[in-house]
Amino acid sequence: MMSAGRLEEQARGQHGNRIVVVQLLVRMGYRMVDDFLVMEKISKQYAGVKALDAVDFSIAAGEIHCLAGTNGSGKSTLIKIISGVEQPDAGGAVSIEGARKSGYSAIDSIGYGIEVIYQDLSLFHNLTVAENIALSSMISSRRKFFAPGEYTRIAADAMNLIGIDLPLDANVGRLSVSEQQLVAICRALTGELKLLIMDEPTTALTKKEVDRLLGVVLDLKGRGISTLFVSHKLQEVMQVADRVTILRDGQKIGCHPAAELDSRKIEYMMTGTNFEYSGRAPAVSDAEPLLEVVALSKKGNFKDITFSVLPGEIVGITGMLGSGRTELALALFGMNMPDSGKASMRGVPLDLRSARSSIRRGIAYVPENRLTQGLVMPQSVEKNALVTVIERLRSKSGFLDHRRAAALVKELVRRLRIKVPSVSSPVATLSGGNQQKVVLAKWIATKPELLILDGPTVGIDIAAKGAIHEFIKELAAEGLGVLLISDEVSEVANLCHRVLVMSRGRITAEFPAESTPESEILKSIELTA
Amino acid sequence: MEIALRKLARYTETYLVIIIAFLSILIAAKNPSFLTLENMFDLLKSYSFFGVMSIGVLMVLISGGIDISFAAVATVAEYLVALFMMRIGGNIFSAFAVAALVGSVLGYINGLLVNRFRIPPIIATIATMNAYYGLLIFATGGKWIYDLPIWFSDFAEIQLFTIHTANDSTYGLSIITMIWFAVMVAGILILRFTMLGRSIYAIGGDRKSALRVGLNVRRAEEFVYSFMGLLAGIAGVIQALLVQTVAPNSIVGKELNIIAAVVLGGASLTGGKGSVFGAFLGLVLLAIVKNGMTLMAIPPVWYEFFVGCVILLSVGITSYKGKLEKRRTATILVKA
Repeated sequence: MMSAGRLEEQARGQHGNRIVVVQLLVRMGYRMVDDFLVMEKISKQYAGVKALDAVDFSIAAGEIHCLAGTNGSGKSTLIKIISGVEQPDAGGAVSIEGARKSGYSAIDSIGYGIEVIYQDLSLFHNLTVAENIALSSMISSRRKFFAPGEYTRIAADAMNLIGIDLPLDANVGRLSVSEQQLVAICRALTGELKLLIMDEPTTALTKKEVDRLLGVVLDLKGRGISTLFVSHKLQEVMQVADRVTILRDGQKIGCHPAAELDSRKIEYMMTGTNFEYSGRAPAVSDAEPLLEVVALSKKGNFKDITFSVLPGEIVGITGMLGSGRTELALALFGMNMPDSGKASMRGVPLDLRSARSSIRRGIAYVPENRLTQGLVMPQSVEKNALVTVIERLRSKSGFLDHRRAAALVKELVRRLRIKVPSVSSPVATLSGGNQQKVVLAKWIATKPELLILDGPTVGIDIAAKGAIHEFIKELAAEGLGVLLISDEVSEVANLCHRVLVMSRGRITAEFPAESTPESEILKSIELTA
Repeated sequence: MEIALRKLARYTETYLVIIIAFLSILIAAKNPSFLTLENMFDLLKSYSFFGVMSIGVLMVLISGGIDISFAAVATVAEYLVALFMMRIGGNIFSAFAVAALVGSVLGYINGLLVNRFRIPPIIATIATMNAYYGLLIFATGGKWIYDLPIWFSDFAEIQLFTIHTANDSTYGLSIITMIWFAVMVAGILILRFTMLGRSIYAIGGDRKSALRVGLNVRRAEEFVYSFMGLLAGIAGVIQALLVQTVAPNSIVGKELNIIAAVVLGGASLTGGKGSVFGAFLGLVLLAIVKNGMTLMAIPPVWYEFFVGCVILLSVGITSYKGKLEKRRTATILVKA
């Protein structure tokens, strides 16, 4: 496309009249601007911390753009500035459709055609699909009353636009996450949408659902609507993206055409290093199995699960979200009672009705969501680490034996290499990686025989990831059985002895990890999903 | 047909209708005078006081809040209206207008506390309940008022249509009941056909999202508490019409039963759910349990116990249904 300058030149050449040129430009200006949004030298400081440091950023009309970066890289701050929730510090400039904007509000940004779909989707679960979709346009029309059929019509129009079909009178709370996402997109479409920003849209979706979402986004592109994906997991969206902008520590590392990048390059730019897997844990010799699971089934969760874990063995379970892996882990820990089948530890059947008995039999479970299930954030590292063993640390008088407790915490902090100014600092002040180590410490303190880890390295930095891997191998070398559930195929492929692939509640494949290339595992997941 | 039935099975109202029908048949079998028009009109009249307030409670609950102070607001309004009528006079319209004004102001104070100061509604309204009621007792010394104007007691006798019975007594549908019905119609109109009504549901569903999509949360929250106050004021006048005396201690203590009736009717204490029809049915259920027990000559000491059981049972069934539903969606997610 031609620049405004050249256009002006050309126009003047033709007409030789400045007024005509200006009129022409004004008239044509809307169509001629390449970029929907241009941001220059955007900085933002929060209490002395630079969240964004002179970042340049632009999105063309109809472009699919990805914004990549780890937690704390400044992604969300940039989104907040684009959507008018936050104002940039002085010195930066924002233009939308060629017009300079200074200090606009969130309501203004909606007027400019910018809509944000947050990770929680901001939907109303108690209202119907139609009501949810129509709500925004009802608000902006500033009317006080409406006819009952009106929102059904608005909603149906929006759904037709992207060719989807959801029950209009169903409560949104009854839909799946991916359907809810489509509702959120339809709601954005009821206005004059020009830029759709989606925050971590694919984390909770299965592969099929991601494909449907990408189809919708491509359709929007065809209508000249731009999309900005914000994510730290880009694999899925890379196939439709035009450009990728990478942020690290508040600075722009680069903006590249998506075709020139692969996930390894992006990871490098996001983190500044490339993650290398160090060697494997030593092979295990045949021994009496530690955990044996036979034909374990639970309706709607998993079916016919049979496998075993040897002492010292790291067994990986991978598969798409919703494949039943977390449900299986919960079942083994006694928190999701199966319908049939059995599981035993060292040959003695497990009572799967309560977590208490599983803990007593030497099973420890580290949940996927450490924030909501694993830690008491405002409490100290020491208290969190000891919560599982507090009973065992009672002295004869019945009070906590402080000397033994302190020694145990010191030992755990040392073994797990937890970086913490003092064991009495609140867990909330630690980095994600160190928090995850505290969760691990808490369960290691129980001296388990079998450790079930669900997504142990999700969302933590690379150094911490390496340390946690080392620690898992150390534990295995000591004879602990480890069941590692992970999304990341490279993680299970490089860390485990054996990899089980789950799909729709069944184990569909099993690989000896050492002799299987990563791509083969990946293929098996995609084939069965 | 089957689809229609399945749809009906989703609504709390359906179950309430069935339970009410079942209980009615049971009571009528023991005492035929239960299912007479006379008894029905009488019930509808005496429950108008609860009924009017239940609509206010419904809106507060849908918005995700709760109000404990409305019985105190009703008492204050009732008392002030009685004083107004004795000192200044006026007519029935001015009586209602004064009550509505007093109630709205007191309710608006609740709304301010909840919205501006973000005090949890239950604490804010327990505090104002004590403050309103305490001030009233202090200012009046707890004196009862008996000498209400003649026109006031005349109004209470107005019937929309009158039926003469064989033994020369009459009965009919009271104008007081009509006030209740008018309030219900207003409630339906507000909740279903105005942006304000949809905002109330949305805020109760997810307050943060409501703010994000640009709903006027402040106005809606201030409205529900003010409206609650307004209806409490009107209910205060209805109470005075029904008993023709004004006692500062006759209403306080009834608020929990009304909240229970509305919850019984399908409103959720966590907000976002509830309907006018449901609130009506909830109240009807409580009314016929009480009335039925009287007609079946069960000692009134059992009333509280039975009400407790009915509430536990129906709220329990609703919650359990919700739990099953949640489990079902979880299964669907796993399958997808």
